[in-house]
Amino acid sequence: MMLEVDGLEAFYGEQQALFGVGFGLDEGQVRTLLGANGAGKTTVLRALCGMVRAAGDVRFDGKRIVGWATEDIVRLGIAHVPDGRGTFLRVSVEENLQLGAMTRRDRAGIAADIEQVYGHFPRLKERRTQQAGTLSGGEQQMLAVGRALMLRPRLMLLDEPSFGLAPLVVEELFETLRDLNREMGVAMLIVEQNAALALELAEHAYLLETGRIVMDGPSAVIGADESIRRSYLGY
Amino acid sequence: MELLLQQVLAGLANGAIYALMALAVVMIYQAIDHLNFAQGEMATFSAFIAWQLIAWDQPYWLAFAVAVIASFVGGIVIERILFRPIHNAPILSQLVAFIALFSILNSTDGEIWNFTIKTFPTPFGREPLFGSRLISTHEAGMIGVTVVILGLLYLFFRGSRLGLAMRAAAANPDSARLVGIRVGWMIALGWGMSSAIGAVAGMLIAPVVYLEPNMMLGVLLYGFTGAVLGGMTSPGGAVAGGFIVGVIENLAGTFIPYFGRELKLTIALVLITAVLLVRPTGLFGRAVVSRV
Amino acid sequence: MTMPPREAVEPLATARLAAIARPNARYLAIAAVIAIAVLLPVVATNFVVFQLTLVMIYGLAILGLNLLFGFNGQFALGHSAFYGIGAYTAAILMDKIDLPYYWTLPCSGVVCFVVGFLFGLPALRLQGLYLALATFALAAALPQILKFSPLEDLTGGVQGIVLIKPEAPAGLPLNPDQWLYYFTLAVLLVLLAVATNLVNSRTGRAMMAIRDHPIAAAAMGINTSLYKTLTFGTSALYTGIAGALGAIVVQFVAPDSFSFFLSISFLVGLVIGGVASIPGCLVGGLFVLYVPNIAERISTGLAGAIYGCIMLLVIFVMPSGAAGLGRVALARAMAWRTRRR
Repeated sequence: MMLEVDGLEAFYGEQQALFGVGFGLDEGQVRTLLGANGAGKTTVLRALCGMVRAAGDVRFDGKRIVGWATEDIVRLGIAHVPDGRGTFLRVSVEENLQLGAMTRRDRAGIAADIEQVYGHFPRLKERRTQQAGTLSGGEQQMLAVGRALMLRPRLMLLDEPSFGLAPLVVEELFETLRDLNREMGVAMLIVEQNAALALELAEHAYLLETGRIVMDGPSAVIGADESIRRSYLGY
Repeated sequence: MELLLQQVLAGLANGAIYALMALAVVMIYQAIDHLNFAQGEMATFSAFIAWQLIAWDQPYWLAFAVAVIASFVGGIVIERILFRPIHNAPILSQLVAFIALFSILNSTDGEIWNFTIKTFPTPFGREPLFGSRLISTHEAGMIGVTVVILGLLYLFFRGSRLGLAMRAAAANPDSARLVGIRVGWMIALGWGMSSAIGAVAGMLIAPVVYLEPNMMLGVLLYGFTGAVLGGMTSPGGAVAGGFIVGVIENLAGTFIPYFGRELKLTIALVLITAVLLVRPTGLFGRAVVSRV
Repeated sequence: MTMPPREAVEPLATARLAAIARPNARYLAIAAVIAIAVLLPVVATNFVVFQLTLVMIYGLAILGLNLLFGFNGQFALGHSAFYGIGAYTAAILMDKIDLPYYWTLPCSGVVCFVVGFLFGLPALRLQGLYLALATFALAAALPQILKFSPLEDLTGGVQGIVLIKPEAPAGLPLNPDQWLYYFTLAVLLVLLAVATNLVNSRTGRAMMAIRDHPIAAAAMGINTSLYKTLTFGTSALYTGIAGALGAIVVQFVAPDSFSFFLSISFLVGLVIGGVASIPGCLVGGLFVLYVPNIAERISTGLAGAIYGCIMLLVIFVMPSGAAGLGRVALARAMAWRTRRR
């Protein structure tokens, strides 16, 4: 398995936020983490990237990465699109993409990849020299995904990509994510509040409640279960 | 009129040094949200190193280069050894660390080279520039070097990958880590560059104010003032602020009758405080908008 | 500067201490400390008594700064100015109109309160770093203003003013140093009590709310402008009274004694003692008075360097100051006691 998580615990200072979370992800798979606010979904992604204090067992390609610095984890091919996008607001769109490729040295490859990103997100190309902070929410989200792609990641972690976006924009975004997964074989772990959309995109879902996984199964099953939908997913 | 022009140019010349210090201060500030109070002392120390080499009959430009490189390395070392371990400590504790560094450097300067003032050579000579009475060659040199350095820095930050990485690390360290930038080393690099700039500033102003351990106190002060005046979020603003402070200081000293000389510092500071009341984040600064 | 992060300051420091230690134990500890303080002059030499008086004075000055920064979050580099204004007010009153020394304290207090309050008004517009610069401007300007020629008749110019040391009131078998020690001790205790009460009251909570989250505080109906300016005034009052005491005890005021470096000393003392800790201020005063002396005794030439190294050592070992260390020690002691039960 590409990513194996077992007994993951995470702490904000003295407060424990995750209590023994475990799951796995293989090449090219798309899975989603669902749950109410405060369940710890974002914390899982942060723990995977070394952004919060964590304990337990997390292996990427068999390598134990708990305790690694974020910069080093990223170099293994894990791209994190954080909640709030994490855009570099005061540099241009194109510079944001270049920053995504900071760990690479192949100039030609980087340039080609930038063009490819523009191919997926033509609106970004129109605004390539604009300051990223002037982009709309949807465009910034696209930019964040594009920046993550510049890493040529094997795994993409997306934290609430639909947050604050208009429904049509969200649909477009998820279409693109589906395309990316199919064309480039990028595995994805998506944290989402919009459960319906996430279940459509992902093949497998995990349900998180106050720091523990309380349910996990194929999306079709989870999505079909009335009681789960009503108590956890809100629809 | 000629006096005015002369004083403005002299103000710009001093202002160039304040601008360099202001820039050095803002660079570190943008990286770590702290003012480096020891910046002046680090610059003085470098100037002393250069002076020593010259006293040992080394050519000026060699001494200059050695001092700049030594500062660069020194800045990095100080950051890694002293400030990185305490970067999570409360702000005031870090402030005291800066004060401690100041104290250590100042006292060490005095011990090694004592407190008698020393002359420091200038590579530009002190003749009137092109025979004009408006500005001397050294003053022109100060402005010239500052402009060159600012140009180089601009090119570096806007045009190079490393420069982009440093800007990103300063603006948004979390996101920078997510793209693989080693934020810790970017901060160290910022310190190194900032120290090197300080060294240049020190070596340019030493011929004017004479070299002694407390040489940079006033200069650093004006540098801070310039940085705050320009706005701590804007390196360009800091530089502009430095020049403005230099001119104000000179004009106040020359033209405000009688107490201009005695209260030079006070007048400069009062003026700047007045500006801040009107524009609380500095002339060119951006108001920091935070979400609650 | 970001101003100040919540983790930097322990909320309701004294209240927490009260919660941890039983009230009886706490009063006992305070009584013991006061008893020792009262008995000290009996066994110590005059010079040591003089030094300890200065420790109390610096502690009081640092307390002033603490009220403003530690409890209210306003970053000020200008307290040497308030100290100096307090000192000069006392000196001028004693020198020109022969005012008895004890009346100079309230006068200095009032003068400094007004100056502080007036300074606090425009300061409302300035945040963090910018406020630091403005207060710094005040501190840097004061020596220059004091040396200003037209004011020389009043201030004594560069030479300053020399004062006469007051004698103990008739009937008390104390020499001047001892008397001033007790006088200062009394003033200190009163002001400490007032400060402690203030901090633990509604006003104190409002101050700290403003420090921690100004927007939320305002949203809850706290009149932040009023509290901030009043705090500025009160902070200046405390440091001003300390200045007046300083002038009386040292018998001398001169412009260069009240430079920016004094502000730095107060800041160092604040950090060493522990931000937002009232007892910490005295530890800070001790540090600021004695450590430079110790450094100088180790090596005259490198005194500054040694002072700096000691400061660094303290920061590395106790990033939250003596008070922080004290709290940790106390918490561990309490935990040990509960485990034993």
